[in-house]
Amino acid sequence: MAGHDHDHDHHDHDHEHGSELSETQLRVRALETVLTEKGYIDPAALDAIIEAYETKIGPRNGSVVVARAWTDPAFKKALLEDATKAVASMGHMSRVGDHLVAVENTSQRHNMIVCTLCSCYPWEVLGLPPVWYKSAPYRSRAVKDPRGVLNDFGIALPKDTEVRVWDSTAETRFIVLPMRPAGTEGWSEEKLADLVTRDSMIGTGLPLNPAQTDSKVK
Amino acid sequence: MDSVHDMGGMDGFGKVEAEVNEPPFHAPWEGRVLAMQRAMGYAGAWHIDHSRFAQEKLPPVTYLSASYYQRWALAMENNVIERGYASPEELKAGHAQTPGKSLPRKLTPDVVGAGLSRSSFYRQQQGPQKFKPGDRVRTRNIHPKTHTRLPRYARDKVGVVEMCHGCHMYPDSVAADRGDNPQWLYTVVFTSQELWGPDADPTIKISIDAFEPYLDPA
Repeated sequence: MAGHDHDHDHHDHDHEHGSELSETQLRVRALETVLTEKGYIDPAALDAIIEAYETKIGPRNGSVVVARAWTDPAFKKALLEDATKAVASMGHMSRVGDHLVAVENTSQRHNMIVCTLCSCYPWEVLGLPPVWYKSAPYRSRAVKDPRGVLNDFGIALPKDTEVRVWDSTAETRFIVLPMRPAGTEGWSEEKLADLVTRDSMIGTGLPLNPAQTDSKVK
Repeated sequence: MDSVHDMGGMDGFGKVEAEVNEPPFHAPWEGRVLAMQRAMGYAGAWHIDHSRFAQEKLPPVTYLSASYYQRWALAMENNVIERGYASPEELKAGHAQTPGKSLPRKLTPDVVGAGLSRSSFYRQQQGPQKFKPGDRVRTRNIHPKTHTRLPRYARDKVGVVEMCHGCHMYPDSVAADRGDNPQWLYTVVFTSQELWGPDADPTIKISIDAFEPYLDPA
């Protein structure tokens, strides 16, 4: 909140947004009631789906996969060959569907995932996509100016690093296998998983380094 | 269709702004919308490509000004009405006036796990695979008025096939209610200069997942 003008604008915006939301709330409630009365949906099942996304299905699933790949070369090889099969072999999350592909960051290549046409995202391993991933700025720029997008996230890669952008235009889903941070030799999988941020698995971030673990942000 | 959902390469949307510690949903109605979408999909009311096409058909100004889950809700209302699952009068009144149509199944709390799993998009192959990794291909210059997953920025461009993902149901056909019409699916990679001209950063590469009917040999 900078100056007075900004506060004022913000207030107006909130006000407008608020009244839109109440109309949306009413419409969504009407839709749910009609679909329930018609016998198509069961509100208790909706509750359970919402609870699963709020409490169980999130980026920790993916962090554990990455940490395993960092510590187990056979698993890493299997993950890069067939991520669906490799993730299923860990048995800690619901089925990923048949179409997960893991792409590896190296010192020569940095990968970044986008869906320019809608919002395709590997829900089972990363949870629901953040608002920015589904936003026009990200969807429009990721394929044309990925280094600029990385700058928005505070990341500057070496000029000669290849940047590879994967536009998820079909049902294939991608997860980035980031590089293991230096100074983590001998760390347990669980401790390593704490370094793996959601954004590092989308390619708009890097894993935390050991000094940053106490201040983990998304 | 060539509308604003096809955002790859557009300018002017500004910086990507990430929200720190973003919650899965910003209001309870967002969760209801997501869960209804999952439940109606599980029930067999429509396919994910129908949901995408319904969003693409929203007026461009609506598409850009609505929030993500508002778009989902608007698209769902349109699918409910167009496919005869409820009438506009019922949605307006917020109550069913007639019994519902019969649907293949219903998502209930005991099978929510199944409702959260992604289904497979693999389908029986219909013909021989035309391309293999390493092949040069040119994407077609198509502009259908219906749903397609070939983004505008990657039309009439030469790229290289990098992976084959097997035979998948074909969104262009599914969204038009013409059946699965399975097609081979490939990851095709382009240089940034091919997509964005000679001044583009040569360290950047962009790939799309392209169905075989989008491609010709090059």
